[in-house]
Amino acid sequence: MPSVEILSRIQFAFTIAFHYIYPPLSIGLGLCLVIMEGMYLRTGIKMYEDITRFWIKIFALIFGIGVATGIVMEFEFGTNWAVYSRYVGDIFGSALAAEGIFAFALESGFLGILLFGWNRVSKGVHFFSTIMVAMGSIFSALWIVIANSWQQTPTGYIIEGEGLEARAIITDFWEMVFNPSSVDRFSHVIIGSFLAGSFLVMSVAAWYIVKKRFVEPAKAMFKVGLCVATVAALAQLFTGHRSAHYVSEYQPAKLAAMEGHYDSSAVAAMYIVGWVDAKSGKTTGIKIPGGLSFLTHGSFNAPVTGLNAFPGTERPSAVNFVFQTYHIMISIGMFLIALTLTACFLLWKKKLFSQKWLMTIFIWAVLLPQIANQAGWYAAEVGRQPWVVYGLLRTSDALSKEVKAEQVVFSLVLFSLVYTLLLVLFLYLLNKKIVHGPEMTPNEEDDSDEFSKRNIKQLQA
Amino acid sequence: METILGIDLPTLWFLVIGGLITGYGVLDGFDLGAGSLHLFFNKEESRRIALNAIGPVWDGNEVWLVISGGALFAGFPLVYGTILSTFYVPFMLFLVALIFRAISIEFRSKETMAWWRKMWDISYMVSSTLITLLLGLILGNLIHGLPFNEKHEFTGNLLSFFNPYSILIAFTTLSLFMLHGAIYLVMKTENRLYAKLTIMVNNCSKFFILCFILASMSTLIYIPHMTDQFKEYPWLFALPLLAVLTVLNIKRNIDNRKYFTAFVFSSCITAMLLILFAIGLYPNIIISTTDPANSISIYHAASSPKALRIMLLIAAIGTPLVLGYTIFVFWTFRGKVKLNEMSY
Ligand code: HDD
Ligand code: HEM
Ligand code: HEM
Repeated sequence: MPSVEILSRIQFAFTIAFHYIYPPLSIGLGLCLVIMEGMYLRTGIKMYEDITRFWIKIFALIFGIGVATGIVMEFEFGTNWAVYSRYVGDIFGSALAAEGIFAFALESGFLGILLFGWNRVSKGVHFFSTIMVAMGSIFSALWIVIANSWQQTPTGYIIEGEGLEARAIITDFWEMVFNPSSVDRFSHVIIGSFLAGSFLVMSVAAWYIVKKRFVEPAKAMFKVGLCVATVAALAQLFTGHRSAHYVSEYQPAKLAAMEGHYDSSAVAAMYIVGWVDAKSGKTTGIKIPGGLSFLTHGSFNAPVTGLNAFPGTERPSAVNFVFQTYHIMISIGMFLIALTLTACFLLWKKKLFSQKWLMTIFIWAVLLPQIANQAGWYAAEVGRQPWVVYGLLRTSDALSKEVKAEQVVFSLVLFSLVYTLLLVLFLYLLNKKIVHGPEMTPNEEDDSDEFSKRNIKQLQA
Repeated sequence: METILGIDLPTLWFLVIGGLITGYGVLDGFDLGAGSLHLFFNKEESRRIALNAIGPVWDGNEVWLVISGGALFAGFPLVYGTILSTFYVPFMLFLVALIFRAISIEFRSKETMAWWRKMWDISYMVSSTLITLLLGLILGNLIHGLPFNEKHEFTGNLLSFFNPYSILIAFTTLSLFMLHGAIYLVMKTENRLYAKLTIMVNNCSKFFILCFILASMSTLIYIPHMTDQFKEYPWLFALPLLAVLTVLNIKRNIDNRKYFTAFVFSSCITAMLLILFAIGLYPNIIISTTDPANSISIYHAASSPKALRIMLLIAAIGTPLVLGYTIFVFWTFRGKVKLNEMSY
């Protein structure tokens, strides 16, 4: 049987990756909801209310699963990583407690009003609740990313005790909060989430447009999504660059793995695509010579620290994996920039919605930010290995002592089954809601639209 | 040792966590209890009303669990790690039950087929009940104590959790939450469902009183360390006395159909039982049955004074905010449940 360490890592990676399908959508949709409802309040056009209501229902579905899978994460630190919990509790705990009190309570509290409050509170209070839910989800990302960033670049602590008794003790709260990577990583994660949410909105809208259903509301949704996505796609390049910069400074082994760079005395290239052979330490592919040197040192012919400079026990072993996930993310980032700018240009030319090919791309493009988000986390977390807290605590030392392999197999099988079921049900219900479409208020309805008419009949019945 | 208002920091943080867990018991207690009663409603409409009675608030209630967990992690990381890894399998089942409960509430209304709704009704009731029983079981074991070696590692196995005392506590918790949930539902319903619930409340109160008596007796007889503090500070005996009076008061208010007051008292009893439990444990959190020296006390497990101070500040700023909008949400959805097109 595989070791407890491997099993626990698989379980953690699996459950967090599954959880991370939903938060970016919640965060991104939250922003889109605020914009849609804001437009309704400003213009008073009924159509905006209808699409807001439609997206709130989808939001509820996504949010629900996000919450259910998130609670698993919180307790998993204790169940599988008890030593880690004791080691970082002093620091990690403050961030997690702040997250619970400031963020989760905010979002879950106002969620009730967002979902069920239309007829109970005034429009203004409802809009306020929408904003609070959106802000709550952003705050929760803030605190959890701070906690994770501290693991990547710990500051504001001292180590107390020795050997098994050792633990990190907080010395400066703000230094912990503003550790070298937290600002860059938080902005990168949030913008990645905006991309995920806005691309979902555009995907659904594009599908309606191609199917010639709900055409007017779909165009309105699409524009909201496109606005968010274009700004976010451009900003993501910037925050990603900032992230790469801090990695080069604080985690040189990770950076070397991301670009498959082994030889410390050599100039480092930046690859567009490539393949790393970890055995021979060779990387092949299409590259920009000296690109990485330029990124880290601002000069195309400066040598960059390579993986060979680190003993085998202090560098990630899955180099090709880190390399590939990192490059998938960047390629997607570049593609999204091109895609959104093209769409903006065509919108300006008033030709956007008649381009069936482009709409078809947008229907499927919803998957891209998701893949990039996952890939980004994999690159960041696997690249951090073998450390769980960079430079301080090894992953293999962080496990719960009492937990046996059979127990982890049990929970892993359990979660695999439950999450598969969850995903199937989620996709089924999401699809159903999308096919059903928004309930349009009669006078604003698009006359050519068969389905809306049927909906109205249902509403009146 | 550093103190605030004469109380040392670990004790203060022990109180904060106790307060949060109490908040969780009082709030999520009623919606879990409502879940455990779900299949006793036969008609589709009754089930929908029962579900919508907790609809806008259950998610916010559950956050208290998240906050309690975070606070335990932050304040007593050693305890957090030890409890969760010791109760590995129960906690995994607990988490899966939480998932099923969340999606049952969310998914049930999304299709109209009878089998679909029935399936989620069952899943909702089973998961709510399982969550409650597991919480009670874990609580019972914490009171009872478990075998730990000198490195604070658990030396028992899965069967160690199923001692008669802990099972009794599990059912006491279930009976308490069912009562609490039934009273809540009675306040939110009218007409025939209301009439039906008044009978259910009565039955629940009998079930609870029976469990309450059994649990109190067995604690007195079999768990001597729970009463150590009481021997030292006899005035503490006022508390169990108060608890008994509260239970009687619940019964009296139910008989007089004063359900709001009954709800206040059933909240009080949840809080009191947890307080009694906390007093019994203090200053330990985890009790070792192999050797008292292997128990984990709050002083041993606490985070650094600096971290505790920071988090007290966080709690001091955050808690009033949370209470503020919790009250706002409950006030917004006050009164009897009316179904409309946004309902579950
Ligand atoms: C970028 C953001 C992000 C990241 C990296 C994570 N989460 Fe998450 N989490 C959220 C963003 C989020 C959210 C947007 O706030 C959620 C998702 C959907 C939702 O409803 O709230 C949420 C829900 C959620 C919940 C349920 C909260 C509730 O009851 O309302 C818990 C306990 C966690 N998460 C815990 C975690 C832990 C322990 C993580 C790391 C290991 C984690 N999340 C990663
Ligand atoms: C901010 C909150 C997060 C924290 C505190 C955190 C912490 C951890 C911990 C404790 C582990 C297990 C030990 C290890 O293998 O290093 C881990 C592994 C991992 N995490 Fe994160 N993580 C966070 C967010 C995420 C997210 C959102 C993802 C998204 C997909 C992710 C992906 C992974 C992966 C893939 C692994 C396994 C890496 C490996 O074992 O090789 N993490 N992380
Ligand atoms: C456009 C070019 C991009 C660059 C140069 C870039 C750069 C980076 C770097 C260097 C990291 C690693 C940070 C670390 O190890 O701590 C990272 C992580 C990540 N990236 Fe990107 N990225 C880009 C695009 C994207 C896109 C389009 C998305 C999602 C839509 C995305 C989502 C993520 C996520 C979720 C993480 C993990 C969290 C983190 O560590 O910040 N990235 N990115």
